[in-house]
Amino acid sequence: MQERIVGQVKRVNGPVITVKGITDAMMMELVNVGEQRLVGELVKLSGTEAIVQVYEDTTGISPNDNVYGTGMPLSVELGPGIIGTIYDGIQRPLETLRNVGGDYIQRGINRPSLSRENSWMFEPLVTVGDEVTPGSILGQVVETERVLHKILVPPTLFTKGTIVEIAPKGSYSVDRTIAIVEYEGQTFQLTMMQRWPIRVPRPVRERLALHTPLITGQRVIDMMFPLAKGGTVAIPGGFGTGKTMTQHAIARWCDADIIVYIGCGERGNEMTDVLREFPRLIDPRTGRSLMERTVLIANTSNMPVSAREASIYTGITLAEYYRDQGFHVAIMADSTSRWAEALRELSGRMEEMPAEEGFPAYLPTRIAEFYERAGYMKVLNNQEGSVSVIGAVSPPGGDFSEPVTQHTRRFVRCFWALDRSLASARHYPAIGWLESYSEYVNDVAAWWDEHSDGSWRESRSQIMDLLQREVRLQQIVKLVGPDALPDSQNFILEVCSLFKNAFLQQNAFDDIDRYSTVEKQIGMLQLILSYWRLGSEAIKKGVPMVKIRRMKVVQDIARMKFSVDNDDVGELDRIALRLERSLGQLGGMYEE
Amino acid sequence: MKNSNMLTGLDRVLLSGREYVGADKIDGPLVFMRNTHPIGYGELVECIDQYGKVRTGQVLDTSDEVVVVQLFEGTSGLTLPGTKMRFIGEPLTLDVSEQMLGRVLNGLGKSRDGAMLPRGEGHRDVNGLPINPTSREYPRDFIQSGISVLDGLTTLIQGQKLPIFSGNGLPHNQLAAQIARQAKVRGADQEFAIVFAAMGVKYDVARFFIDSFEESGVLSNVALFLSLADDPSIERIITPRSALTLAEHLAFEKGKHVLVIMTDMTNYCESLREISTLRGEIPSRKGYPGYLYSNLAELYERSGKIAGRDGSITQLPILTMPNDDIGHPIPDLTGYITEGQIVFDREMHARGIYPPINGLPSLSRLMKDGIGEGMTRSDHPHLANQLFASYSHVKDVRNLASVIGEEELTVLDQQYLEFGDFFERKFVHQAFDEDRSIELTLDIGWKALSLLPAEELQRVTDQEIEQHYRS
Ligand SMILES: Nc1ncnc2c1ncn2[C@@H]1O[C@H](COP(=O)(O)OP(=O)(O)OP(=O)(O)O)[C@@H](O)[C@H]1O
Ligand SMILES: [Mg+2]
Repeated sequence: MQERIVGQVKRVNGPVITVKGITDAMMMELVNVGEQRLVGELVKLSGTEAIVQVYEDTTGISPNDNVYGTGMPLSVELGPGIIGTIYDGIQRPLETLRNVGGDYIQRGINRPSLSRENSWMFEPLVTVGDEVTPGSILGQVVETERVLHKILVPPTLFTKGTIVEIAPKGSYSVDRTIAIVEYEGQTFQLTMMQRWPIRVPRPVRERLALHTPLITGQRVIDMMFPLAKGGTVAIPGGFGTGKTMTQHAIARWCDADIIVYIGCGERGNEMTDVLREFPRLIDPRTGRSLMERTVLIANTSNMPVSAREASIYTGITLAEYYRDQGFHVAIMADSTSRWAEALRELSGRMEEMPAEEGFPAYLPTRIAEFYERAGYMKVLNNQEGSVSVIGAVSPPGGDFSEPVTQHTRRFVRCFWALDRSLASARHYPAIGWLESYSEYVNDVAAWWDEHSDGSWRESRSQIMDLLQREVRLQQIVKLVGPDALPDSQNFILEVCSLFKNAFLQQNAFDDIDRYSTVEKQIGMLQLILSYWRLGSEAIKKGVPMVKIRRMKVVQDIARMKFSVDNDDVGELDRIALRLERSLGQLGGMYEE
Repeated sequence: MKNSNMLTGLDRVLLSGREYVGADKIDGPLVFMRNTHPIGYGELVECIDQYGKVRTGQVLDTSDEVVVVQLFEGTSGLTLPGTKMRFIGEPLTLDVSEQMLGRVLNGLGKSRDGAMLPRGEGHRDVNGLPINPTSREYPRDFIQSGISVLDGLTTLIQGQKLPIFSGNGLPHNQLAAQIARQAKVRGADQEFAIVFAAMGVKYDVARFFIDSFEESGVLSNVALFLSLADDPSIERIITPRSALTLAEHLAFEKGKHVLVIMTDMTNYCESLREISTLRGEIPSRKGYPGYLYSNLAELYERSGKIAGRDGSITQLPILTMPNDDIGHPIPDLTGYITEGQIVFDREMHARGIYPPINGLPSLSRLMKDGIGEGMTRSDHPHLANQLFASYSHVKDVRNLASVIGEEELTVLDQQYLEFGDFFERKFVHQAFDEDRSIELTLDIGWKALSLLPAEELQRVTDQEIEQHYRS
């Protein structure tokens, strides 16, 4: 590629560079700065000057250094080889960088995101003469044992064309031409790889209504505040309340086909943790290693702040690409607040007018644009695929009234509010049941009812109702002590306390409890509701509550999350039988 | 296209070190220079005052028109015409060496005790470089501090960054010194090298640490970077960077296990705020710059372990929470970066409990992989969980007791009160020189739990109850 100088550095202020003598630079063009060729993006043009946001540390860059244009916007490379890889915020492959640059991330080293040395077994699915349109499947590649990667016609090259040549089944590198398409006398050479600018959503045919829950295996989520496939959720919470753990748990156990995990301005060790754990963990649904469906983007807190800003877009573009192949993708962004802060820092250095708390006025627009890229779609080739977005929010001081939480709330339909006092009491996941909500309950109720003999909606509202009543009773207890309440009301406290301990709390580190199947979740909830129903009846007959509490079977219920294996849900029925029998005996003693 | 203004590599070499006389403006620690050759961002600067004394600085902003330099040794005594600047053309570095152990240095790593420092083993950029996340090794080795509330509930792991959130007048220095003295990795016969960075603290604080290191005979294994209360406040910005640069050298080039104690991070952040305000930057909360998070992360993330290298960096930053407010931006942003926190409680201190650590808001995120079977003891994870759960209930009971009176409490709630007292007096409380083994710590924990009825203990297994619970 002919290198072209687009201007010279005028001023360096951290990651923001002013460029002078601009001739033919393009807005949002990817540029290289100085002789070290630091990667940057041109974000503003005015007269003969431009502002460039640099994705690497700018130490040593000085006025008059050249700025080189690349002629294209900041883009990602899409093709086989993404899954199982860890990238930085601008899709530089971190493992490769380590191999060439050592344990520290050096500046100015660049390697292609998709290795050109690897080859992939391509299996064509079209033949010469076939008509193809954007999104058409040209062939497929086994990317991992889990992911059958579809090679797609890029969305914007041409509107319709005819295959004039297609590579036979065989091993090719991603930059080898595998198909030639003719359209109105023009020919296009297609490879297994395509590029897409990260700030532009990939086109789809149609947005569909949401109807299927994303099963996470986390009880408080699936049963109380469900997320739909294609939906959006925010997890706000102060430090240490469990945002990362919740996202890791979902990344591990949810029933998405592909996971895109973005560590955006967070800890290095957390990414190491994922890198270490995921290859070893086995997906209960497919029996394959979790790494075979996961791609990681790590732009840790100490990595350059502009690349942090980009990491969110890089991640969601990768997600959309797999969605376009007909996959259900879940993307986790930890934390969107760090991304918003990156926006703020860059905006400040560009000397833009701030709005609330120093954030730029366009913050809400950017947040909305990001979450809008989620959805359940009919993609260009008429398959269905989805992108679900799970965004952590880190409000300063844990105060949800700050701008990022507030604006995010406007654009997501599900809210898992983490509660500091629950976290301090080691009630995990610390998702508060009073402040959290899901607007997907109605969308997914039909699915759940179908999987629970029609009981889900009803059970859910019963337990929610008890929790509400508990709040009022607790206020009384705080003033006069529990002894002042009649047993019938004290029993509500008892059931809620059991529900919190035995059901809502879920230990991510326990081999059994870390994940509950749909069947186990339903069985557990019903068992607790039976306890409520039968216990209340017994109390009506005059059985004292202490007697009920002390039944051996209550201990079994309290421990069922650890003792009942996901494959042995029948055990729950046996506990239910024992419960009925014990309460029957107790009741019998008092009836006479 | 050829540009006549362009500097070639050779020009740069020739121009670097060139001296300019006369500053345009001086504002706090910032010096503004005009009419220089093109100066690189972040470059090292030497400023020579009219008496020939050299001060070190760094380029904060560079453009065609003006270069802004921050001087780490302050600007006091400088005159506009008498100021000479030499732009070195390289970033600010520290000449690192093992010989720095046992020495007292200033914030820039220059000798403070007057004696010459021997030549080091090479210059390292004090800003460091981010560790590639694929190169990290997940820390998991348990450090026994001999302090029950830490070892039992907020376990420190080798390679962790675990700050102490304290307040003025609370014994955080004692605790840090006790950890430094007692810390050991069991079964491994190795000592910690200690890198100590003092930012804006009084001389007595530094003295206290020096004495304590001396008493335990480890002073020769400690490098002290002191930038005290009466040193220019700007020096505090560079002090932790110098300290961590040495720590990285010791850990990742010399294979040592390094414990870095940094105090007081609050002073560090205030210096940052000063500079930011001087430069007219748009503040975020409480006047602190919007980049405070990233800036702190650049320090705290310089800890951990690197795969294939022997050493480790464990960070123990100390910060005093302004107004004891954990929601203040400094503890808040710190908590968002570090791997947990140790939180002091003034009320416990007033009741004579040492260390006055409130277990509930305290947290060690790395303990999950460092405790249990084969590391501490198999019952440790569940025991810790149970202690947290039970102790968090004590708070509610105490509140209720203050409303309705202790006598009105149920028997069970009275047992909780007893448990709470025992927990604070016997488990948390210990002497400044008391070094408990992890087994002893866990046994005391069980003694506390034994004050409660067994069916209250739902986070431990039946077998564990059988083995350890003695009512
Ligand atoms: N489901 C869970 N099971 C067990 N422990 C948990 C669970 N969720 C959270 N924790 C505990 O809480 C700690 C903090 O959780 P996490 O790291 O997810 O917090 P966070 O909200 O991401 O904090 P930060 O904003 O600082 O990153 C964990 O290290 C773990 O000890
Ligand atoms: Mg987190």
